[in-house]
Amino acid sequence: MQNDNNKKSYTDIDNGAELSLEQNFRVISPGRMVAKRFFKSKLSIAGLIMIIFVFMFSFIGPLIVDRTWGYKETQVFKIERNTDMVTIAHFTAADGKEYSYYDKSKTLVIFKAPPSKEHWLGTDTSGFDIFTRLMYGGRISLIISFIVIFLETIIGIILGGLAGYFGKWVDQVIMRIVDIFACLPGLPILLVLSATISSIESIPAEHRIYYMMAFLTLMGWTGVARIVRGQILMLREQEYMMAAETTGISPLNKIFRHLVPNTMPQLIVVATLGLGGVILYESTLSYLGLGVPFPRAAWGSMIALADPSKGQEILASYPNMWVPAGILIVITVLGFSFIGDGLRDAFDPRMKR
Amino acid sequence: MWKYLVKRILLAILILFGVSALIYMLSMLLPGDYIDIQTSAALQSGAMTLEDVQRLKELYGLADKSFAGIMKSYYSWLLSTLKGDLGFSFLYGKPVTEVLSEYVWMSFIIAFISYVLQIIIAIPMGIKAAVRQYGIYDYIVSVFAMMGASLPSFFLSALLMNVFAIKLGILPLQGLTSATILFARDDYVGIFLDKAWHLILPITVLTLLNVGGTMRYTRTNMLEVLNSDYIRTARAKGLSEKTVVYKHAFRNTMIPLVTSLSGMLPGLFGGAMITETVFALPGIGYMAYRATRQGDIPFIMGYNMFLAILTVAGMLISDFMYMVVDPRVKLS
Repeated sequence: MQNDNNKKSYTDIDNGAELSLEQNFRVISPGRMVAKRFFKSKLSIAGLIMIIFVFMFSFIGPLIVDRTWGYKETQVFKIERNTDMVTIAHFTAADGKEYSYYDKSKTLVIFKAPPSKEHWLGTDTSGFDIFTRLMYGGRISLIISFIVIFLETIIGIILGGLAGYFGKWVDQVIMRIVDIFACLPGLPILLVLSATISSIESIPAEHRIYYMMAFLTLMGWTGVARIVRGQILMLREQEYMMAAETTGISPLNKIFRHLVPNTMPQLIVVATLGLGGVILYESTLSYLGLGVPFPRAAWGSMIALADPSKGQEILASYPNMWVPAGILIVITVLGFSFIGDGLRDAFDPRMKR
Repeated sequence: MWKYLVKRILLAILILFGVSALIYMLSMLLPGDYIDIQTSAALQSGAMTLEDVQRLKELYGLADKSFAGIMKSYYSWLLSTLKGDLGFSFLYGKPVTEVLSEYVWMSFIIAFISYVLQIIIAIPMGIKAAVRQYGIYDYIVSVFAMMGASLPSFFLSALLMNVFAIKLGILPLQGLTSATILFARDDYVGIFLDKAWHLILPITVLTLLNVGGTMRYTRTNMLEVLNSDYIRTARAKGLSEKTVVYKHAFRNTMIPLVTSLSGMLPGLFGGAMITETVFALPGIGYMAYRATRQGDIPFIMGYNMFLAILTVAGMLISDFMYMVVDPRVKLS
């Protein structure tokens, strides 16, 4: 009897332990673990909110404007207003005294309207609505950056994968090409290339953006290739690759099915961080007038209005024309860096104490 | 070790050959070259004929744009470059080497001052942020550092100009010298102070843009060291936190820091194209920007090769410093 009881209590304890074991150690997939770690960091959430905001602003915003008010980025508004213009001239008269001469006149200005109910940020030097142009500028920036990063990643994966897997002369050739491209001075070469494209008259202005994307890709793919190669060099020595070898699959299958997917965490981090970099390059080119061509809006060319070499008027008195574009660039780039950093910490928690 | 270095240098030379060929092809492919840009007005008004333009192009070596022609002119460019002659700048009317050596110092001074400021500001902040990881100080510093890296230089310049040059009026807007003040020829102090006054804003811009990178690099490496076993040992021995952080940990963080900071040194000669252009400072970046817009091929070539050499030199220096600073490294 006692014996039986003992036995029963044993199993009870056993059952209890099993129960608590299951409660304590829920099986979660690596993906969910990463997501959990990602959302634990405040900065990653801030970055996510920033990027969602910019996306909604630049992709849903234009639709709303178009539906409700029915205009696009190149709609010209002629808003008449009178401004006082005072001109002062000094001259020394015949009697040797200095005289100042004031001329106060009213001028009719139709552009550069101040912020109003209809145009939240006013209109710019060409009479375009600034708020709407901010949306379209964001759209083009985001599209360009995503396409460029996508192409960079594809090229990087292919070349880096081949170099890392085959080694020997394949590796030598590919990595020397990578070295050469990595040594090209980025901005000066981009300037040369963009200046080339904008001076060829047979290329329509709308097509310039595609060339710009190709150039940005050309200058940026080496980073991805290096990372993929490094990872594959490490991974191909691991045991699971020997197992893959014994199944007799083709080298290409081995590279792109078994090796490349394992480099994904690093690639996602690098791509996220790279998005901001592409946006900065694009806006710099647009600032110099070599990016997105004129009537279309770009954040960089909106800031270029404030260039003091073209006169101080806008820099000094119309911050509504250039400050919002700059703030949006900062929000976007910062958002991508926050997310990239958060992802890196989430994928690789070794840095945590 | 020497064998490794020699190998690296030979590789660097090979890379530079590739870079030069690539840049030459790209700049020769510019369709509107210097002559086209300079003569378009004269051509339209009838002051020059197409034959004149063609003759000028031949004179400048821009006539033959076929692959064989480019290869031929690249070969002659390479030969003269190896002799140290980078050719004659179309736009500035002087040998390219002369223009480079004349304007590089302006860029170097700005970049060097900003580099020193960067080190002074970034390293202590990085250490402090690492010691208080996930504290408020760490968050604030990290956010500011990342903000600096996300600011486009032209936007930051415009903001600072708006505030300090226009609203407050305490700093000059553009240029290197005041046009309104006349200095005596021997008034060196006055001229120096005037120039320094003009350089405050550009140096601030460069420092703010770059300080974040160094700071985050310090923080990351410091964290790695602080997590290592010998730091735990040092703490277990009962050493004060100050000794642990600044003696045991920081000295080991110095290895990657010195390596990367010394690798940045050659780059200081390269000029900051956008910042110099926005502030209209006569530095090498501004000159190169103007040359690029005008299709001045010899100068574009010379400048870009100069930059490529600086990049390669930076890589070699940081490789070398890595071996010098860290006695554990034995490369073969």
